Amino acid sequence: MADFRLPPNSRIKKGRHFPAAEGAANVRRFAVYRFDPDSGENPRMDTYDVDMDSCGPMVLDVLIKIKDEIDATLTFRRSCREGICGSCAMNIAGSNTLACTVTSAGVKGKIIKVYPLPHMPIVKDLVPDLTNFYAQYASIKPWLQTRTPPPPDRERLQSKSDQELVDEPAACILCACCSTACPSYWWNSDRFLGPAALLAAYRWLIDSRDEAKGERLDDLEDPFRLYRCHTIMNCTPACPKGLNPAKAIAETKRMLAERRH
Amino acid sequence: MRMNNTSRPLSPHLSIYRWPITMTLSILHRATGVALSVGLIAFVVWLQSIAFGAASYEVVAGWMDTIIGKLALLGWSIAFFFHFSNGVRHLFWDAGIGFEVRQANASAWLVLVATMLMTVVYWLLFQDSGSLV
Repeated sequence: MADFRLPPNSRIKKGRHFPAAEGAANVRRFAVYRFDPDSGENPRMDTYDVDMDSCGPMVLDVLIKIKDEIDATLTFRRSCREGICGSCAMNIAGSNTLACTVTSAGVKGKIIKVYPLPHMPIVKDLVPDLTNFYAQYASIKPWLQTRTPPPPDRERLQSKSDQELVDEPAACILCACCSTACPSYWWNSDRFLGPAALLAAYRWLIDSRDEAKGERLDDLEDPFRLYRCHTIMNCTPACPKGLNPAKAIAETKRMLAERRH
Repeated sequence: MRMNNTSRPLSPHLSIYRWPITMTLSILHRATGVALSVGLIAFVVWLQSIAFGAASYEVVAGWMDTIIGKLALLGWSIAFFFHFSNGVRHLFWDAGIGFEVRQANASAWLVLVATMLMTVVYWLLFQDSGSLV
């Protein structure tokens, strides 16, 4: 059964407040989820007043400024700062996204709330444990599987139009924004693969060179692994790359339905 | 059922997520489904009261004529028309149609408007044909 309440060790307490530097004219308040595994205390929300005149435009710029100038203990993942690596996936103003692709100015409201990806075990502050998420990705066997021997004189070729089918689902950066936006994944992440892994599964199902379509569909035909998707549609709007896991899942369900006839 | 077997806290979810309209309709679809299942019991009671004759029918019709009875019937009619319209939306999805974010949002509003219209028309017709309850 779904547990809608947070367990006692996860309930959020009030945290500290860090006022802006004196003379700051353009101040914006950020409330950031903090959890220190060494303290033995519950998570808390710290608030930071940030001088936006001396800060870059993106929410990631704000987090880096906080870490550099206000509170060096703030912990988060980041790398490419341009929406390619997927490291800085988090929940900003209630929606999952990449901190590096969202502007502070674009967020309405007085306080910008920053949480880690929802319903995940938290290692520290904004860093979730993605072990289960990656294991689910590995479980769909995200590599080309063949039965026939490759041509002796060349690679396994694919037409341009066949490759274009693969292009979009293959653009997934595994940031986990979609899966952790999905209520079905919240309640059943131990058995439901979630939109990201299912999008990856779809990417191999439609690859004209792959020869394990039957086995791949067999693995997915399960009340939980695939069919816990109830088309809630939180995944697709959450994708920072504009991909459509909901549609990929629906197409996969269709393949299974058509296979039965 | 939680996957963290360490002392790691679970990050907040329902309480902090900004509900897209598609998520609201999804949970309403389930809620109305449950309501309609319960309504089926009431429907069977009503049918049985007919089978048992005029006297028992009078009793059940009397229940339905109370304020609570009428509110329940109104609720069930809304639930039915919502579940019906959203079910059609799901049929399109099953065919792979309507998965762009804009389409899914538009169809959500369409379902809400259709539910309202069907409920209003139904109760107007109900009144015209003379009260059954």
